[in-house]
Amino acid sequence: MTRLTPLRLRSPGTVVLVVVLVLLFLLPTVSSTFFVDFVMARTMMLGLAAATIVFLSAYGGMISLAQLLFFGIAGFMYGNAVLESGARGLTLGWPGWVSIVFALVVTTVVALLLGALASRTTGIYYLMLTLVYGVIGFYVFAQVVPISGPGGVTSIPRPEVLADPVRLYYAGLVLSVIAYVGFRALSVTPFGRSLQGVRDDPVRMASLGFNVPLHRMLAFTLAGFVAGLAGLLNVWWNGQIDPASIGIGPTLTLLIIAVIGGMSRFEGAWVGAFVYLVANNYMRDLPLVDQLGITEARFNTIIGLLVLLIMVLSPEGLVGIFEKARAWWQRATLTPTTEAASTATTSTGVGRSGPPATADDPAADTAARSDTVAHDSPREGTDR
Amino acid sequence: MDAQSTQSALLHRDGGVSPSRGALELTLTWGGRVLGALVLAWVLVLARGTSAGPAIEDPGRFLVTLLDGVTFAGLLFVVASGFTLIFGLMRTVNMAHGSLFLLSAFIAIRVQQAMVGKTRNIESADVGILDWIVPLLVGASIAAVVGIVMQQLFLRWNQGQELRQALITLAISVVLADQMLREFGGLAVRMVWPREVTHFIEIFGSRYATSRLFMLAVAIVVGIALWVWLTRTRMGMVIRAGVDDEQMVRALGINITLVFAITFFVGAFLAGMGGVMGASFAGAATGADGDWLLNSLVVVIIGGLGSIKGAVAGSLLYGLVIAFSPAYLPSSYTFYSIILTFVLLAVVLAVRPNGLFGRAG
Repeated sequence: MTRLTPLRLRSPGTVVLVVVLVLLFLLPTVSSTFFVDFVMARTMMLGLAAATIVFLSAYGGMISLAQLLFFGIAGFMYGNAVLESGARGLTLGWPGWVSIVFALVVTTVVALLLGALASRTTGIYYLMLTLVYGVIGFYVFAQVVPISGPGGVTSIPRPEVLADPVRLYYAGLVLSVIAYVGFRALSVTPFGRSLQGVRDDPVRMASLGFNVPLHRMLAFTLAGFVAGLAGLLNVWWNGQIDPASIGIGPTLTLLIIAVIGGMSRFEGAWVGAFVYLVANNYMRDLPLVDQLGITEARFNTIIGLLVLLIMVLSPEGLVGIFEKARAWWQRATLTPTTEAASTATTSTGVGRSGPPATADDPAADTAARSDTVAHDSPREGTDR
Repeated sequence: MDAQSTQSALLHRDGGVSPSRGALELTLTWGGRVLGALVLAWVLVLARGTSAGPAIEDPGRFLVTLLDGVTFAGLLFVVASGFTLIFGLMRTVNMAHGSLFLLSAFIAIRVQQAMVGKTRNIESADVGILDWIVPLLVGASIAAVVGIVMQQLFLRWNQGQELRQALITLAISVVLADQMLREFGGLAVRMVWPREVTHFIEIFGSRYATSRLFMLAVAIVVGIALWVWLTRTRMGMVIRAGVDDEQMVRALGINITLVFAITFFVGAFLAGMGGVMGASFAGAATGADGDWLLNSLVVVIIGGLGSIKGAVAGSLLYGLVIAFSPAYLPSSYTFYSIILTFVLLAVVLAVRPNGLFGRAG
């Protein structure tokens, strides 16, 4: 598990981040509207939602598949509240700001209740339970006709401020930056620290007097709220929302986005969303793709194989593969002593629920992480 | 050191032990019982304005609903027992379980069409008992082979990394779903019950299809076979020992890697069997893989992961809720029936976070 740190001024990472941000802010001036609207704006909203999966996983050791549900609840609630007339939905006709607050409050309350119910489970059980949440949520919206029904809620207006697609992109960018900085800053707060303690050893934390279920529940609630923000962006972008868009397929897609990027770094969420959307939008334009028998319809096969490849190579996703390459490069130029230290340390991948590697030396830590695959192959079945 | 701490995290994953837990648990347990009594009272005497009516006034309808629930529970059990068997021994959550279900269903339908010699409008009269059993065995065997290939290629070498394995099987399920869509198309197709089992019997004046009872009978046979296998054979003994302490079994010189492979084979075979039964019962279509993954998850979360007894209990509870909620909710609110599934899950989890028969480890 990567050690979580807040952003530090004057660290190389911050410099890279600021450069990327400046580029992202300037992007609409140089690229096509299609790219900004269909790739970058989507990247921001899906990345924001995927970042909540990363947050729960990295801080709490909880893999949640319910994040797209909160994404959807916010959208449905906004649509129900803001519409004045129409065939479907409650058509409450409330003003925009009230509707936004209403959508976020409902989403957060649902997240609080579901989080309380799930707070006594972790790991693989959490994954299964939240998947059940997601799918039952889909059925609720598909069957409960007063709030949606199978056809969903349509012609939902955007707030006038965000009518321009570029502005919607900027809204997504700003929210993403706030979420990114906020999630990272959380790591040094008392709540963030005890949440990480809960992740590593719930029994010890409980015996130290920490309320373990409460920490998990609050983390889940926060993640639900942020996913709700992303869901609002999504419903503005789409102008409509139907239950199929929060079904099991899209639910898994959001997890796949988080997995592609890497579950232990927040950047990964947006990297994953970007890769996914670029593949989705431009794969058919690649030369030679037709000859291989890959058409747009087989997109899911490609994405599935990509995820399979990533999980086989490194559970840390693309960000993990990048770091692995960097660590490999560093190791190639380092002395053999460091190498010995790296093999002696046990690494922790996505698959472990145990505490992080014992190495306190940052260099050894990075090197240890780079060895996940090499370590795991011969240790079949022995590490639990 | 890592192995130990991982295990301790697993053992105590509901680590939130607070002093008031005992009292809370007691309250919740009694709350659950009171809720059960209220539901029973509602169904028996109070349920006016529902599509079925109170059970004392219309016992036939009540019995039919009960049978619907129990027979569907049979199907749930066949599918979920495979899921829980694999999890119990290997702690692998097979997210591709639903894909194996659907793959087997599609293949069995193809085989049945070839055996009957018609591709559409197959009637039960055309289908002999062999025209149903042979496709079942072919479909389930292919699902089992796909399962074992998956286990050998992708899961063998990362045993114990639960989340990584779940994500790997998830990726496989995405690929399988897409390839099945390519091969079998998006239209719903149906497996046909053999003519021997398609009759109707009278229950308090209502007709009831014997094919559903046949489905229940198959499930009971599967359940008994599983029970005999796990409790009365050497292999079953090894599997149960492996569930409790895998390293000790290994240390005793037993080839547990082989046992893993066989268990995965059986688990995938059960998914395939369930697929063929499900396709005969309700047809097979794209999306059924996700639905049946959900069904398996709900059953094992209610019953407790890794427990066959739990799979029986979970299937019965879930099957009954699915059958009773549309019939006994007030007519204008039947669309809320899905929420009752969730209420069931919430009540069970609030009382027992590890499911009815789950152990904390």
